[in-house]
Amino acid sequence: MSDNINARLCHMTLHELHDMLAQGQVSSREITSDVLARIDEVEASVGAYVTVDREGALSGADAADAAIARARRVGDAAEIGAVVGIPVVLKDNVCTRGMRTTCCSKMLEDFVPTYDAAVTARLRAAGAVIVGKANMDEFAMGSTTQTSIFHVTRNPWDPERVPGGSSGGCAAAVAAGEAVAAVGSDTGGSVRQPASFCGVVGLKPTYGRVSRYGVAAFASSLDTVGPVTQDVRDCAIMLNVMAGHDERDSTSAPNAVPDYTEYVERGVEGLKIGIPKEFFGPGMDEGVRTAVERAVHALEGAGAKIVDVSIPLVEHALGVYYLVATAEASSNMARLDGIRYGHRPEGRSGMDVADLMSASRGQGFGMEVKRRIMLGTFVLSAGNIDAFYGRALRSRRLLKEDVERALAQCDCLASPTAPTVAFRFDEEPDDPLAMYLQDIYTTLANLAGVPAISVPCGFADGLPVGLQIMGRMFDEGTLMQVARAVELTSGFDRARPEVGGCVK
Amino acid sequence: MRKVTERDDYEVVVGIEVHAELATESKVFCGCKTDFGARPNSQTCPVCLGMPGALPVLNRRALEYTIRAGLALNCSIAVRTKFDRKNYFYPDLAKGYQVSQYDIPVAHDGYIDIEVDGQPKRIRVRRVHLEEETAKLVHAGDDIISANQSLLDFNRSGIGLIEIVSDADMRSADEARAYLTKLRSILVAIGVSDCKMEEGSMRCEANVSVRLRGSKEYGTLVELKNIASFRAVHRAIQYESARQIDLVRSGGRVTRETRHWDDARGETAFMRSKEQAADYRYFPEPDLMPLEISREWVDEIKSGLPELPDARAARYAREFGLPASDAALIAESRELASFFDGVCDALAKAGAEAVDRTDGPREAAKWLVGDVSAALNASGIELSQSKLAPELLAELIGLVASGKISGKIAKSVFEEVFASGKRPGDVVRERGLVQISDAGQLAAIVQRVIEANPGPVSDYFAGKEKAITFLVGQIMKETRGRANPQETNRILREELAKRA
Amino acid sequence: MSLSREETARLADLARLSLNDDELARIAHDLAEIIDYMEKLAGIDRADVEPLSHVLNTVNVYRDDRAEPSLSQEEALANAPDRQGEFFRVPRIIDTGEGSEA
Ligand SMILES: [Mg+2]
Ligand SMILES: [Zn+2]
Repeated sequence: MSDNINARLCHMTLHELHDMLAQGQVSSREITSDVLARIDEVEASVGAYVTVDREGALSGADAADAAIARARRVGDAAEIGAVVGIPVVLKDNVCTRGMRTTCCSKMLEDFVPTYDAAVTARLRAAGAVIVGKANMDEFAMGSTTQTSIFHVTRNPWDPERVPGGSSGGCAAAVAAGEAVAAVGSDTGGSVRQPASFCGVVGLKPTYGRVSRYGVAAFASSLDTVGPVTQDVRDCAIMLNVMAGHDERDSTSAPNAVPDYTEYVERGVEGLKIGIPKEFFGPGMDEGVRTAVERAVHALEGAGAKIVDVSIPLVEHALGVYYLVATAEASSNMARLDGIRYGHRPEGRSGMDVADLMSASRGQGFGMEVKRRIMLGTFVLSAGNIDAFYGRALRSRRLLKEDVERALAQCDCLASPTAPTVAFRFDEEPDDPLAMYLQDIYTTLANLAGVPAISVPCGFADGLPVGLQIMGRMFDEGTLMQVARAVELTSGFDRARPEVGGCVK
Repeated sequence: MRKVTERDDYEVVVGIEVHAELATESKVFCGCKTDFGARPNSQTCPVCLGMPGALPVLNRRALEYTIRAGLALNCSIAVRTKFDRKNYFYPDLAKGYQVSQYDIPVAHDGYIDIEVDGQPKRIRVRRVHLEEETAKLVHAGDDIISANQSLLDFNRSGIGLIEIVSDADMRSADEARAYLTKLRSILVAIGVSDCKMEEGSMRCEANVSVRLRGSKEYGTLVELKNIASFRAVHRAIQYESARQIDLVRSGGRVTRETRHWDDARGETAFMRSKEQAADYRYFPEPDLMPLEISREWVDEIKSGLPELPDARAARYAREFGLPASDAALIAESRELASFFDGVCDALAKAGAEAVDRTDGPREAAKWLVGDVSAALNASGIELSQSKLAPELLAELIGLVASGKISGKIAKSVFEEVFASGKRPGDVVRERGLVQISDAGQLAAIVQRVIEANPGPVSDYFAGKEKAITFLVGQIMKETRGRANPQETNRILREELAKRA
Repeated sequence: MSLSREETARLADLARLSLNDDELARIAHDLAEIIDYMEKLAGIDRADVEPLSHVLNTVNVYRDDRAEPSLSQEEALANAPDRQGEFFRVPRIIDTGEGSEA
């Protein structure tokens, strides 16, 4: 941590930069150039990006500057949109028209969408500058960003450690100052867990709050699209832009979108925060436990009422999650057959079309994707579907009811985001089951559809620890309130990793 | 060849599955157009190409049409339903799954009444569900088996499709054809599909088995695919049932399999066995919300249903006294029926003096099933493409009824009207075809003919009644057919009687 | 629960995944382990519970039957690994029993 690190534009928060832009103290070109310079400095040691669009970013910045200048001339500075001229990075499963979108898979290595995802279009329309695409686990299947075909992403707090996943590139980019904010996707914790590992804020919105249109599907009933930001206010600003009904996504909710920034400074006085006792059992690192308990204590000090609640079935969340997620994934991955787009295998003479598809998929997918497709195929296949998939859907309802019961007794639930801090690359469990346990706290929110945020709450062994706050359906506002209180009391506010050529 | 249905020791059992493309403007889950014959891959988008991240949104009219079809087929409509994914790989399937309906179809348990050889019969409709069409495969060789490469056009991908499944209630190829004919006439009448088999907007598969007559057990079922016309349905079922009966008679066993109808060879060929049956891994489609179909909506759709062919045929028979077969034939074709209605309207409007309330429509029906159909067949065009309009046919009927022209002249006038679209009255005037009914004028001609033909006249007096026919013929020849036949006959006999 | 090699190969075929022997063996092993873990769910399963497929209660989400602009032919075919003129092109199709029937 260092003071002068904040002097750089690339380390300022979105709302700080917005204020400076609106007051004419800085241009988007300057901000964008600094972010690009930061990418040049640290990318070799972080590896957050898979595509950097320098020209697109700079011309986007110029367009934003022109718009800002126009607004200032007519005295409309207050009307300048909150993300105008702000450099952001999108996870590489978010479609960008004309910009390669690979899902970090060999299957889509050369895929250039002819359409924008709904969030891409919303950000563009709001004047954000899209710097490029962030590294991720292949098709978002993983918790370390290591299943990307391109390269590993390193945790800016310690290059020997993973950034988490699957939105590891997003979290690392925001933590390292390579983007002011990012858009990730969260199916079982893929925004929150890397946010926790990288010391940034990550939100999984309520299912249906942000359109999934144009974000390559992993598990349709669990997938959400959420922001990764430096602080809670930035998270609220990004959600304001991203949220809202989209008629191209049938599962998108028509509920009105409040101004989430209005919740940020409301404080927690009188709020009831539930602590699900099952989340604090064995398996959690002591350092994580200490940091989380301290944060909860601080929330109490800030006026919140802490209550004990129970989610008895939580130990089954992971099982239900993997059944539902892999079943849906096996079907969602089926469109990747190498016919209309996608990887076409070499040495295919004499192959019939079925062989071609199998070869295309066999070569185009990495091991983790294959494993999950196989599990999902098993789960749905004749003779197994009721014992596995049917059971999972019934259990999912019971779990959702459990969560709703707990949330009826309080305003939100607090827990760790992940059982550990970022682990070393060489600590990665070989056993897929142990690896999947990383998602133990996060999957519940996806299964129930409720929103959940991860906010840095302290450190353990010099590494960030994330606190997860889970709320009621469409109650992201309360999450902003509580997360901001954590930010204020954790002493984490403004902490930045030292990485690359910045401060040694 | 002896008809299989006549082999009375064995009974044929047929169930039919029909896929009909919905006549919506846009596809079922995206906004792409559904026009037939557009340039390949020009009516596609990320959704119907199965691009990453693209999501479906249901076309409300596609659901409405499915309900409408269900109601017209006397089905119950589901109160709550949903979509499911049917997972399988095929190059024409953009997403690796088809959005379809598995356990809760939009409509279920209906029926269609058919009639074969005067025997009415009710065929049960098990279900009607909504799903999406696949892309079109164009084979670069003669057919799917010999082609080395295939080409794909996704314009068809994602067009709304209803699947209509019958129970195994049909007992002959004739019944199967009657079922399909009736089904098509209903779907066309309610406007949900144009059902053009030649354009692939209606396709059918038949499940055929045979069993000893009187047996309660069903035989082993064979699925027939690649049936591209009503004629092919009939031929394929006849061929296949004969094949199965011969097989069983010679001590063999029918195996559960899918067979391909080869229309050119007129036979079915093995395609795949049922042991290789697909495992479709159906599960509820997470990208589409469930549906709750309100009673009010169903009632509204029901009240908007047009008159269905059966009801229409019954009305034609009741109101106009049309023979049942003519009534059914006209009512089954939306085109013929609306043309017929047009003729009746025009006749009523003209208040045509000599045309009776039911004589006119009966004449119109005779024209439609007779000369009009023959002319259309000969020229190979649809009624809607022809120059014949209901008003023209009504006028022609009026001309005959009022005695202006004879029925025989009318046929020749019709030919010209059909070819040119001219008004029948104009044709009659131009060609001087007005019938001669004036007694004085006719009497003069009759006298001339009697005087010019003493031989036949004396034959007549000798008791040869046939001589009259010759004399009438001579009068017609003289008048170029314009002589009013009844008047001519009466005056001729009068004149002859004077000379007796 | 264990998964035989044949069963794993059948699943791979169903999923259209060509897997080498090593991958087949690894996946068979991993699947068995994961499936054992999942079977714990049997303990909480209740037949009287309605399966949950959607977390939102919305029903009847429609669009109107209106044609909207499509992609251009070039856009549609832009990512095609193999094409012939206006078409996507694929090699020989052998009907394997899962053929399209719509
Ligand atoms: Mg079907
Ligand atoms: Zn489309």
